Amino acid sequence: MSQFLQVLLSGLATGSIYALAAIGFALVWQAAQTVNFAQGEFVMVPAFFVLIGMGFFGMPFWLALAFGLALSMLVLGYAFKKLIVEPILPHGGITLIIATMALAILLKETVKEFYSAEAQPFPALFSNAPMNFFGAAVSIQDILNLIVSLSIVVVLTLFLNRTRTGRSMQAAAQNPAVAEILGVNVKRMVLYTFLINAALASLAAFLITPVYLAKFSNGETIGLIAFIAAIVGGFNQIRGALVGGLLIGVLDNLTATYVTAQYRAALPLVLLIIIILVRPQGIMGTSEGRSV
Amino acid sequence: MMAWKWRWLLVALLLAAAIAAPLGQKSYIVYVLTSWLVFAIAAMGLNLTLGYAGQISLAQASFMAIGAYITALLTLAGWHWLIATPLALLACFVVGLLLGYPALRVKGHFLAFVTLAFNTLVFLVLRNEEWLTGGSYGLSGMPRPDLGLFTTMRPLPFYYFTLAITVVAALAMWGIVRSPWGRAFRALRENPIRAESLGLDTRRITLLAFAIGSAYGGLAGALVTSLVQFIEPASFGVGHSLRILLMVVVGGAGSFFGPFLGSGVVILLPEVLRFTEGYYLIIYAVLVIVMLVYAPEGLIGIGARLKAKFFSRSQVRADMSQGATLK
Repeated sequence: MSQFLQVLLSGLATGSIYALAAIGFALVWQAAQTVNFAQGEFVMVPAFFVLIGMGFFGMPFWLALAFGLALSMLVLGYAFKKLIVEPILPHGGITLIIATMALAILLKETVKEFYSAEAQPFPALFSNAPMNFFGAAVSIQDILNLIVSLSIVVVLTLFLNRTRTGRSMQAAAQNPAVAEILGVNVKRMVLYTFLINAALASLAAFLITPVYLAKFSNGETIGLIAFIAAIVGGFNQIRGALVGGLLIGVLDNLTATYVTAQYRAALPLVLLIIIILVRPQGIMGTSEGRSV
Repeated sequence: MMAWKWRWLLVALLLAAAIAAPLGQKSYIVYVLTSWLVFAIAAMGLNLTLGYAGQISLAQASFMAIGAYITALLTLAGWHWLIATPLALLACFVVGLLLGYPALRVKGHFLAFVTLAFNTLVFLVLRNEEWLTGGSYGLSGMPRPDLGLFTTMRPLPFYYFTLAITVVAALAMWGIVRSPWGRAFRALRENPIRAESLGLDTRRITLLAFAIGSAYGGLAGALVTSLVQFIEPASFGVGHSLRILLMVVVGGAGSFFGPFLGSGVVILLPEVLRFTEGYYLIIYAVLVIVMLVYAPEGLIGIGARLKAKFFSRSQVRADMSQGATLK
């Protein structure tokens, strides 16, 4: 029982970090019809921005985190939208998807060639000391990761639902034409969405990299899990992506511990196919009622 | 009519060039040319899925893996390549149907995600099931096909064998694309809503396109088995699927000769850019993104645009060239 609790909690902790990446992915998909196949790399790169800030400019850790966040929003938010999404979106969704795949290769290879192909240690935000929690040994890092990422989700939800800008962003995503008529600056709202996505990805990076180490190939797994989490949860809802992320985190840990460690990476596929067959709109999603 | 004659002449010239190209070359060059043909077959299949049916598949490398491993296991067990390969193709076709069925039930780019996850699964199976696949060590020592009078043990005969298979595969694809089915694929890509309202079962057609495309992947895999005579899981990862996808896009998705051009570029470019060492993939990725911004229709599209610029033909009703569209 204590082992189960332990596995469950650490699954929730990693799952909540996946959820951050999945929420960003879903927001950008909704607001700009951009299926970002480089989302995993968007979580990999900010960790290297932080390492560059510390190693190259000699910043203290907290300043390097701020530097990494700002640089991510500039490069993965603003530049991504201006240089890739805006010129390619008129050519169609599939062309844009392929461009993001090429971008994923570009980011991965750039980090590999210009920084390092080896996994780099990354300073932890929180201590990794074990803590006794109803008989289960849980690391403080896991608990704090869970709390921090859930707080980020709460803040984001409040922002989107309770502020004027947030509601304008939702309007712009749901019906750009009507939003424009009602005086919403749709272009600016879409830009905000990209900035928020970059910020969510870098926060996910700061939380998960101490666990996985910083490596150029980290994005492959994280990306796949973020996509599947968004789809499984129902990608037209923030809470869908959250539920999807938590579910995958927990199931992944349970599979690895109790079923098979060799095939744990197959879990997303199984989950995805079950969801498509049983509930294609996702666990929390609402049906769109159209097949073409 | 004239245009058709010129096109056939061009095809004949290209074929003659393909026959003459490896003569007197070192065996490494022959190897590179053969792998170009193999990847052209894989890209041709994916072109049917992407270019004609408008769905992204990120599992072409895993279909190559299925084809390669089935052919390898059967030929190692003493079967002839010509018997083993059709079975491998059939297996890829069936797996394609099973995988595509759930993914294509819903709107959106679900096939992309399902195939991405499937590629991971195939990689895991190949690595973990050592009793069958040899695990990370892979399989080696597969015999090349022996056709009685014509044995393909040496590089040059094997090149011509691959060329013959490629021509047959291309003719079959030509037939598929020109058949009522093929026209349905096109209708589907241009305007799915209209295609559906005209009575096409869009889901079934897309599924068929994906399954046939997957079988072409299997054929490429069967050829890889004999070409390299050594296969391992790492040769069929997601990165390779992405590479084949980019071949299709670079050449020109939806055009018949695009995959040949695209796979040629992707196979030969590393040789040309060898001096850039590790930066090759960075340069390539940047080139692809720039191409997608300025010429999303690929190299074939650039060629067509240049041709239109220099040899422009008079058009009677330019407004009709697109056909009527509902906005």
